[in-house]
Amino acid sequence: MRWDWVPDYAAALAHGLFITLLVLVVSVFLGFALAVMLALAQVRGGMISSFISKCFCNYIRGTPLLMQLYLLYYGVGSLFPLIPGVREHLQWLVRLDAIYYVLMAFTLSFAGYEGEIMRGAFLAVPRGELEAGEAIGMSGWQILRRIWLPSALYKVLPTLAGEVIGQLKSTPLAFTVPVMDLMGAAHKVMQDKYLIYEPLLLVACIYLVLTWAITSGFSLIERQIPSRRSV
Amino acid sequence: MIAAALPITTLLSFGDSGYGDELAWAALRTIEISVFGYGFGIALGLGGALGKIAGPLWLKRVLGIYTTLFRALPELILIMLLYYAGTDGLNRLLSGVGLGPFQLNGLIASIFVLAIVQGAYATEVLRAAISAVPIGQLEAASAMGMSAALRFRRITVPAMLPLALPGLANLWLNITKDSALVSIVGYTELALATQQAAGVSKQYFVIYLVAQGIYLSISLTSVWLFGRLEKNLRRGQSLARAAA
Amino acid sequence: MKNIILTSGLALALGIFQASPSWADLKMGVAAEPYAPFTSKDASGKWVGWEIDFMNALCADIGEKCSVEEVAWDGIIPALQAGKFDAIMSSMSINEERRKVIKFSDMYYNSAPVLVGAKNGDKDFSPEHLKGKIVGVQVSTIHAAYAKKYFEPKGATLKTYETQDQVNADLAAGRLDYTLADGVTLDDFLKSEQGGCCEPKGAVPYDVEIFGVGVGLGLRQADGALQAKFNKGIADLAKAGTFAKITEAWKLTGKLRLPQAN
Repeated sequence: MRWDWVPDYAAALAHGLFITLLVLVVSVFLGFALAVMLALAQVRGGMISSFISKCFCNYIRGTPLLMQLYLLYYGVGSLFPLIPGVREHLQWLVRLDAIYYVLMAFTLSFAGYEGEIMRGAFLAVPRGELEAGEAIGMSGWQILRRIWLPSALYKVLPTLAGEVIGQLKSTPLAFTVPVMDLMGAAHKVMQDKYLIYEPLLLVACIYLVLTWAITSGFSLIERQIPSRRSV
Repeated sequence: MIAAALPITTLLSFGDSGYGDELAWAALRTIEISVFGYGFGIALGLGGALGKIAGPLWLKRVLGIYTTLFRALPELILIMLLYYAGTDGLNRLLSGVGLGPFQLNGLIASIFVLAIVQGAYATEVLRAAISAVPIGQLEAASAMGMSAALRFRRITVPAMLPLALPGLANLWLNITKDSALVSIVGYTELALATQQAAGVSKQYFVIYLVAQGIYLSISLTSVWLFGRLEKNLRRGQSLARAAA
Repeated sequence: MKNIILTSGLALALGIFQASPSWADLKMGVAAEPYAPFTSKDASGKWVGWEIDFMNALCADIGEKCSVEEVAWDGIIPALQAGKFDAIMSSMSINEERRKVIKFSDMYYNSAPVLVGAKNGDKDFSPEHLKGKIVGVQVSTIHAAYAKKYFEPKGATLKTYETQDQVNADLAAGRLDYTLADGVTLDDFLKSEQGGCCEPKGAVPYDVEIFGVGVGLGLRQADGALQAKFNKGIADLAKAGTFAKITEAWKLTGKLRLPQAN
């Protein structure tokens, strides 16, 4: 075991950790918002929007995230030269850093998985609660915002910690496109120093700490929420 | 070397000018490592579950660490660690008992790492299912004089299978997708074959779309099959519930 | 007897217990991605290229049966050390950094590292000129090391990729300004339709400390006998004019520096 490289790479690892957390936080928040829309499209949408939402969720859940990321980054990249004028006039789009593709791929992925869960949660809210809202004259939007969504959110909260950890566990894939996340930094050490185990073990420990932090964070939130559940 | 703009029909044709057959073979290798990884993973999970329920304290502790660690760490990191360290260790172990030393090929190494990762998840799924079998049924079996092995085969397994099936189905879907990660350590399954084909033909978009179509059809077929299997296994159960 | 047990036990513990010492079937570790014209998989799924032809000639000469073992480039040295194959044959340049961990055969080819960028007539490629530009390189290559030493301090941004193939794809997409890589493989890229975007800017000044003395077979430190065998084979092929023949067949004459018969 050799650890003398740690000081030299501390900055790179810290920056990588920041990128990993950025990817996690952005994709969870944006992905969740998208998931609510996907779920609503399935439980309340018309035939077409419900079908599209269902297809999207199946696609995300049925294919490896690695391939989704490659399709988004290299697939789309290979299309640029085919469209005349893009390279000259849409420089910013062509030059878009890989991190944006990563954020997009991870957001869509989280949305696909969480959309399915939110759909179940929306359907599990007792009809009576919604009818009560209607009876006191709430509009459809008010019912959604005040009753349906909060109720569904309470239901998914216990599973959400697991989902976020799942998302954290997929973030190392970001290094397969040119993004220097935590894994990317470890990978750099592996390349520069011809080491395998030490950098991997170090990031493994960091991931363990992050997992633990997410678990405790969520149980803290759960305790804050008033509930009549016996447990 | 190859002209860049092949028509899609040629690009995906079977034979020497297209990538259809390469992708098809690679898809088979993906299924192969998934099936074997899944099989060994479940075997490992069954052992792990029994150890967690009935094993001695030290075994329970070891298994506890195994399942907690392996489920908390990113699959990619585990696969890289196991691919280099694990196969190295396995090789030494095999040569230690006089079976080697031999070079583990990519196929065996891939199956091995997928199975170890899968085993941790399978342990938890099976432990929960076995623990949920009503104790009365087991006591009844013992009262009838069944040996522990017979009881396990005749009562525990059939009773816990329907409970474990949804979890096991999920694990199968996960392993078909996780198998793409072994492309990163260089085993040519579908994901890596896709990269090779895309890189040489330069048709990144089309090739990636086709590969995703293959993954999607694997997963949709599996969902359908598991649905039928579950219906089959739950036949007796729902009848009992209806009668009660 | 006791000694044998002790030594083999020690060898096991140290993990240097090697595969069958007779090399009945030699496995060559080749990076799994396309690296034309040296190693790439054709549409029939066969490995082809200058290096594959060289491998066949070399193995025939030393009387071994060789097979290609695909491996990820970024893990190729650890995989060699873990015994997944016997030799690296993947256009790996011999340099000091790598010599610390593995052994090399004599060089079997060398070619100039070339900087390639968008077709715009701007042929200035001094490190100062690259300020503010994005340069793509393949991870853990001599080219990545060179770019890090000469381009990054002058203000160029480096992006590292798993494979050169991905670098080329992003260069064609316009995401990169330049790539620094082996001139011959870039030539192949420039000839493709995708490579129409770009032009060679020139060969960068040769830094022997980084670029080394050419490409060799990578071997485990303990495999001295194998090294001697390969070196003899390389000398035989040079004497027989086989290198020139293979190079001719791949239309690379004049672009590669080859081992000379002596």
